[in-house]
Amino acid sequence: MNYARVLRGVVGAAGFLAAAELVGMSGLVDDRFLPRMSTVLAGAAGLVTDQDFLADAGATLTVWLLGLLLTVAVAVPAGLLLGTLPRAEAAVRPLIEFLRPIPSVAVIPLAILLFSDNLNLKLAVIVYASSWPVLINTIYGLKDVDPLAKETLRSFGFAPLPVLARVALPSAAPFIATGIRVASGIAIILAISAELMAGGSEGIGIYITEAASGSRVDLMLAATLWAGLFGVVADSVMVALERRLFRWHHVRTGGAR
Amino acid sequence: MLEITDLVHSYGSHRVLGGVSFSVAEGELVSVVGPSGCGKSTLLRSVAGLIRPSGGRITLGGEPVERTPDNLAIVFQDYSRSLFPWMSAANNVALPLRRKGMDRRRRREAAMTALEQVGLADAGGKFPWEMSGGMQQRVSIARALAYRPSLLLMDEPFGSVDAQTREDLEDLVLNVCAHHGITILLITHDIDESVYVGDRVIVLTRSPTRVAADLEIGLGRSRDQIATRQLDAFVRLRAEVGRLVRGGHTTTPASVLEKH
Repeated sequence: MNYARVLRGVVGAAGFLAAAELVGMSGLVDDRFLPRMSTVLAGAAGLVTDQDFLADAGATLTVWLLGLLLTVAVAVPAGLLLGTLPRAEAAVRPLIEFLRPIPSVAVIPLAILLFSDNLNLKLAVIVYASSWPVLINTIYGLKDVDPLAKETLRSFGFAPLPVLARVALPSAAPFIATGIRVASGIAIILAISAELMAGGSEGIGIYITEAASGSRVDLMLAATLWAGLFGVVADSVMVALERRLFRWHHVRTGGAR
Repeated sequence: MLEITDLVHSYGSHRVLGGVSFSVAEGELVSVVGPSGCGKSTLLRSVAGLIRPSGGRITLGGEPVERTPDNLAIVFQDYSRSLFPWMSAANNVALPLRRKGMDRRRRREAAMTALEQVGLADAGGKFPWEMSGGMQQRVSIARALAYRPSLLLMDEPFGSVDAQTREDLEDLVLNVCAHHGITILLITHDIDESVYVGDRVIVLTRSPTRVAADLEIGLGRSRDQIATRQLDAFVRLRAEVGRLVRGGHTTTPASVLEKH
């Protein structure tokens, strides 16, 4: 990422904040509905030392991380299986293509009926929604493995399973990593959605619900801001990690830097 | 040591190999040349056990080839696809040695030795994509050497490098063959190259492919890019192979040159 690009991004964000503040100052909008931007930002800063909010944020992040780990544990092996068994993939494909476009939030009410335990409920919807990109990317990553690379190891007498482990898996790893990054964004959406819809004792979603019942729009927005920031940070960390781990891939595909 | 008898292969209704027979003796460097699309790669993949031919017999050291034989290595034309980009050169070379049950340290040592033999003593830590094409193909050759195969198959090994590198690599292979006594079957479409590197040249016909001629080269093992190519015998053989590849096997006394 170059300097000029970052600068433009900062200018854009600052411009938006300034415009929002001006709208607030002009008195065009009742600040009970849309508080001033400065109030929201001050609220967001205050949340850093708010023990309640920190506990809520911690709970959401724990669910997010657990959900993401479960997703990887489920979707990567499933993708490896389907990616190496074309017939099984052909059989499952229509089902995947049918389920995948269903908005994941729509399954939350069903999950509420199915799961009595709040944590299980959240994990279930996160895994359901986040598995698709990991699954699809793993399958495509495996299909994309150069047959010559596999033949090379086969010619040295390696059996199918070692060939999968030593060639197919590393070749597909950059695709799988991208799938996991996309999944991490979905997981945070689902974690908070589940908290909003299913309730529970703690979580950013719970905090937002409580702020709403107290008509504290500024705190609702402040909490939302933190959720958004977390998503951005998680994404950038993963992008940086991918660049580092899979430099060979980015060099080859010309996507370096 | 390698015996190919009546090898036949078809892709669907298209018959590629129409009964190929020849043999390779221990320590020989045999080049196989033929017009493009004549099934040279199919032949090589059959010998390697990577595909199961429709018919015929291949034996390696007396054993029929049914799946990939042990002690066989291949150097492919496309080094950039055949080397693993996520591994350093040394690790690329060392990887197949796992099949030999060698521990980490011995694999590493064998890899370094092989890299030295191909003139890349200092490049072990580099990644394939940090190297020139010629260097990458040297790494592929080192990987094959480290494995100590009894038969080394080379599929157009110099087809993707520039002319100067090509000459260097040809001499490298000649050297390796002489010093290590490895048996090499080298497939090429380049007539000049087939004669320059080969102890024998097998000329294939168009598909359905058969052996058009099996020529003893008899230029000795010590060859020189300039001097060897000036020899009358070289020029004559090259012309002969050229005619055969173009399908004109009656124009010159091929029978005089033919071994069998």
